[in-house]
Amino acid sequence: MKNLQTIVLANQEISPGYFRMRILAPGYKEIAKPGQFVMFRVRRSLPPLLRRPFGIFQIGLLPADCEGMPEKEFIELIYKVVGAGTEVMRELHEGDRIELLGPLGRGFEIDDEGGDKILVGGGIGLVPLYMLADSLADRSKTRLLIGGRSREDIITVTEFERLGVTSHVTTEDGSLGEEGLITRILERKLDKYPKAKVYSCGPMPMLRAVEMICSERNVPLQVSLEALMACGVGACLGCVVKGREHSEQNPEYLCTCRQGPVFHSHELDWERVEKNTEQEESS
Amino acid sequence: MSSNVATVNKPNLAVEFAGLKLKTPLMPASGTFGYGQEFAPYLDLNQLGAIVTKGLSLNPKAGNPTPRIAETVSGMLNAIGLQNVGVDAFISEKMPFLEQFDSPVIVNFFGNTQEEYGEVAARLNDVPGVAALEMNISCPNVKHGGIVFGTDPKAAFDVITTVRKRLTKPLIVKLTPNVTDIRITARAAEDAGADAISLINTITGMSVDVRTRKPRIANVIGGLSGPGIRPIAVRMTHQVVQTVKIPVIGIGGIMRAEDALEFLIVGAKAVQVGTANFVDPNAMQTILADLENFCIEQGIEDINDLIGSLQL
Ligand SMILES: Cc1cc2nc3c(=O)[nH]c(=O)nc-3n(C[C@H](O)[C@H](O)[C@H](O)COP(=O)(O)OP(=O)(O)OC[C@H]3O[C@@H](n4cnc5c(N)ncnc54)[C@H](O)[C@@H]3O)c2cc1C
Ligand SMILES: Cc1cc2nc3c(=O)[nH]c(=O)nc-3n(C[C@H](O)[C@H](O)[C@H](O)COP(=O)(O)O)c2cc1C
Ligand code: FES
Repeated sequence: MKNLQTIVLANQEISPGYFRMRILAPGYKEIAKPGQFVMFRVRRSLPPLLRRPFGIFQIGLLPADCEGMPEKEFIELIYKVVGAGTEVMRELHEGDRIELLGPLGRGFEIDDEGGDKILVGGGIGLVPLYMLADSLADRSKTRLLIGGRSREDIITVTEFERLGVTSHVTTEDGSLGEEGLITRILERKLDKYPKAKVYSCGPMPMLRAVEMICSERNVPLQVSLEALMACGVGACLGCVVKGREHSEQNPEYLCTCRQGPVFHSHELDWERVEKNTEQEESS
Repeated sequence: MSSNVATVNKPNLAVEFAGLKLKTPLMPASGTFGYGQEFAPYLDLNQLGAIVTKGLSLNPKAGNPTPRIAETVSGMLNAIGLQNVGVDAFISEKMPFLEQFDSPVIVNFFGNTQEEYGEVAARLNDVPGVAALEMNISCPNVKHGGIVFGTDPKAAFDVITTVRKRLTKPLIVKLTPNVTDIRITARAAEDAGADAISLINTITGMSVDVRTRKPRIANVIGGLSGPGIRPIAVRMTHQVVQTVKIPVIGIGGIMRAEDALEFLIVGAKAVQVGTANFVDPNAMQTILADLENFCIEQGIEDINDLIGSLQL
């Protein structure tokens, strides 16, 4: 956990409105866990003032520039351009200086059991699932269910497949994969593999639907949540969600940045979580 | 690289006021630094002039619904709603961590009624590791139709008097800028026995999402902080320094050393850094290093020579 002053290695549009950025990130390989995130800042530039949170898509090594030098550790982010901060990010080029705070937060809890694993991603919500898939695929039968509005929203699926993951795609307009919502596939898969464990990230309405399907069937579920964040380290209390035991007298607010972003679904008060995050529907 | 390096004397950055000895004039602003622990991985808490905690109330407080924050031009709005663990949990769970450091601990607190203010102050007065209290008077008085204590000079005077009676430790009163003339509340605080004044708290503001036509903060109205408010904060600090005899701590939009210097030059004995901690958890360390460099560059041996050196 530290603030790294570093540089962009690559920044490319991989689908209309979606970018993939590779960043030099020494020290990340050793400590970053699937589901963790970084707070990203374009160095010393105003605006935007606050850093923006992004999940870590993957971590890798590049060969050294010349003999005797260490290999170059990098991380990759995949982001969708939605506002002022991501507009600035899309303009970045190789060699541009940025700051990264991280890796932050609690990632996915991964057990050693071999059973079936189902990853459910909605649009850009697939980002934190890649490192998870990478760490599960060699011992578990892992399936990726990925849904989006249209074919442009379905990204990097072939990379998941290269890990040995089976993928199922749905789009709302039917332009890729099956037409409809991804939750329908989830129900189908859980009928077949009722003992599976589910991991999910995506827009709140999708997460809520996934939660209802899983809780009805007593299937263990971990979700990665999004929230507006100012600090990313548990200080501003801007990113809170209500925990299951929450009441006015005994407030149980959980920081998405510190106690999350990954939560076991039973830790959350879903009625209120859903209400709190209505505004994120667009993401 | 040995012989003819000019020896540069480190300038003195220590300041003293209201019975407090601070290694440097720099401390975090309440609510932007958690209870200290959150920032320990990023900076050395022993380098800070003081550690200022999140505001505490008698009982734990849940805070407001989300969204609680929104970015604005050169700043942010927040309506956290003073969520905190309550004074007792603070003493038993958070104080032991803070006591490890030799930086004085300043505890920020508030109440919903005059009695509550007094009660929290009394409890904190008995805690050995607490060096001073900072009283946030930007809270609605629930017994009087929710009028904010700090916007009514009479209510401010009364509540500060109540607290003063129950406190032997130094009392810093933190003023709200949401008044017509801040000199009036500053004088009320001095008359009621405050040992120091800190200012400013956030400026009330509002922002609307034009697509959903909803306020961008669930609480509708929030408090504006960050670099955009700095000129207002500097102006108010200047006015208050000219009005009261007690020492003043400047707060508002400090992002870098030069910003801190503005406050010191108009006469603040120390400054607090708020929103900048969110942007960069190392912010205070950078500001401190740059303050020192500034003094060296300008041939200033003691930061106290800068304080109140405004040329009019
Ligand atoms: C832990 C975490 C991981 C994330 N990972 C990714 C990722 O891998 N890829 C990606 O593209 N995005 C990710 N996000 C969302 C990303 O942080 C926001 O899209 C980004 O901050 C928007 O910044 P902006 O300045 O471009 O937009 P703004 O102008 O700030 O906002 C534009 C729109 O995006 C919404 N928004 C802003 N911030 C957030 C946020 N933090 N969460 C949800 N919605 C937001 C706003 O409500 C608004 O509707 C993640 C968020 C969190 C909390
Ligand atoms: C998220 C947030 C929480 C805050 N919480 C408190 C608080 O609990 N008590 C208090 O007196 N001031 C609180 N403040 C106000 C700050 O201490 C400070 O006065 C204000 O933010 C202006 O300084 P800045 O521009 O450097 O942030 C808070 C500010 C922010 C942004
Ligand atoms: S983002 Fe500040 S507490 Fe989570």
